[in-house]
Amino acid sequence: MKKISLNQMKGNQKGIILEISGGLGLQNKFMSMGIYKGREITKISHIGLRGPVAIKVGRSVLVLGHGVANKIVIEIHD
Amino acid sequence: MVGNPNVGKSVVFSRLTGVQVISSNYAGTTVEIMRGALKLGDQEIEVIDLPGTYSLEPSSKAEEVVVSLLNEPAKEEIAVINIVDSTNLERNLYLTLQLLEAGLPVIVCLNMCDEAKHHGVSIEIDKLEKLLGVAVVPTCAITGSGIKTLVEKIKDVKSKPREKPSHRDRWQAIGLIIEQAQRLTHRHHSLREVLEDASVRPFSGALIAIGLMLASFQIVRFIGEGLISRIADPIFLNFYQPLLVKLSSILGEESFLHHLLIGDLINSRIDFKQSLGLLTTAPYIEFAMVLPYIIAFYFVLGLLEDIGILPRLAMLLDNLLHHIGLHGFAIIPVLLGLGCNVPGILATRNLESRRERFIAATLISIGVPCVALQAMIFGLLGKFSGFYVSGVYLVLLVVWVVLGVILNHTVKGYSPELLVEIPPYRLPALSTLGKKLFLRIKGFIIEAAPLVLLGVLVINVLLYFKLFDLFTGLFAPVVNGIFGLPKESVVALVMGLFRKDVAVGMLMPLALSVKQLFIAAVLLAVSFPCAATFFVFFKELGLKDLLKAALIMCLVALVTGTLLNFAIR
Repeated sequence: MKKISLNQMKGNQKGIILEISGGLGLQNKFMSMGIYKGREITKISHIGLRGPVAIKVGRSVLVLGHGVANKIVIEIHD
Repeated sequence: MVGNPNVGKSVVFSRLTGVQVISSNYAGTTVEIMRGALKLGDQEIEVIDLPGTYSLEPSSKAEEVVVSLLNEPAKEEIAVINIVDSTNLERNLYLTLQLLEAGLPVIVCLNMCDEAKHHGVSIEIDKLEKLLGVAVVPTCAITGSGIKTLVEKIKDVKSKPREKPSHRDRWQAIGLIIEQAQRLTHRHHSLREVLEDASVRPFSGALIAIGLMLASFQIVRFIGEGLISRIADPIFLNFYQPLLVKLSSILGEESFLHHLLIGDLINSRIDFKQSLGLLTTAPYIEFAMVLPYIIAFYFVLGLLEDIGILPRLAMLLDNLLHHIGLHGFAIIPVLLGLGCNVPGILATRNLESRRERFIAATLISIGVPCVALQAMIFGLLGKFSGFYVSGVYLVLLVVWVVLGVILNHTVKGYSPELLVEIPPYRLPALSTLGKKLFLRIKGFIIEAAPLVLLGVLVINVLLYFKLFDLFTGLFAPVVNGIFGLPKESVVALVMGLFRKDVAVGMLMPLALSVKQLFIAAVLLAVSFPCAATFFVFFKELGLKDLLKAALIMCLVALVTGTLLNFAIR
């Protein structure tokens, strides 16, 4: 078990959302799109070092900017 | 009609009301409230299509609209048609449950049923109805199947209030519903999924995007030029001109009416590009120079929209756009702005903060030439080497980037980050593509034609009575002194406030050198946008921001014009 940010995950890696920081507005938006504590996600890719991240949540593909992706902590199995 | 973004609300709306609206394959196509009427027995009810939203806690201007509109009327007087994407039931149910919790009368429309089948998703309608407590109707709005049942069931709509749980418990409840009502059959990866995957990875994604953009540009030019040389020009020269020649000889070259309708004869012949008459140059500019490119541009844009390319571009360009205070999604208003600045500025409603909206709208009105202006630039500079046409784009790009970086460092406020859903690639339905193209062309003709005629009329009268001389004299020092343009081109720059295409048209009889044409074209692009853009800017961002933007436009025009005049030999 390891705790890393969504940005640090590798492509095609699976993990469980452990923590989400950020304001209430962002939390609500995440929540309504299905990003919440305990949810399993798969990272698809990221663009460049400080670029956006693409993830798969359920049946949707979502893209998150680097800054917001940093607010999500993921638990992964080694 | 309420639902998540990109579930096909607008397509269902068109089916219900017969009102044609633009629909595409990306979140946030609809930014305005659309209203239409539906006949139910002998009753007529109003149908309202709302922008897509993920929840009843709004996070953008477009989403705010939904919530305030739902709270407005008494609950007994409305029925909420909740459009749900059946390929992604789980995520969509979050909003559905919120609607039910709010005590609204709801009917669920399970849209895109055919596509769900392809994805191996099957939903048990009876079970879902029981679990939600309201009617569920499967539809496929593109083909129209299920719409009749939906209409029949609207009158039975009822509210089924649920207790309001915490947000997380709501997801848990959804999990239970999904477990009971949805079956997934595993399917092998299709070619489409491989492509979808490649399009959001850095290297392959960039390759696909660059290839597509280059191809799009080539296709637009190919179709545009083809329509001009094979259809528009032959019609004007072979059929229309002989009629005008007759009219010209009836009116007599010296009469006022001749000046107004036909304009000046060039080498005692009618010249569509230079005569400047209401019946000659005005229709020629709109129908033979601009309309072909409008058709070509919107055909290609429609394809890109419906396949689902735009959100992927947003992801790839996110990094770059951060440097100018925007995030990736801003590329969508910019691309729409390349067609016409007005829908481009309207689409900035999808951006979350006011700062972003101001930066995006200002950059669109300054650095993004609409297709009417581009068509005229092709027409004007195309006969010289290709360098000049690409030069205009290059200068605009530089202006765009420099101004964006400056605005990013000076405009106060915050810019939120990209958070957007990537839709699956879809094969565009010919019916929606065709309808969309038709709507956009119709919109162009209705809006442009009267303004073009009015513009040419006003200018013609002013020229005839030599009322411009005073005016041109006043601006001559700037226009002639630092932009290096003849003082008559003031008329064109002023005309730019009306419509850009006619403004470029006014330059044609002036016999400018290629350098002067180049500078004038750039100036027309970066200076004040046309009246329609001004108006929508004012409506969307208010007087204060409009004045700020106008000041920026003056400065940009002054600096760019001067630099170009002294830099080019």
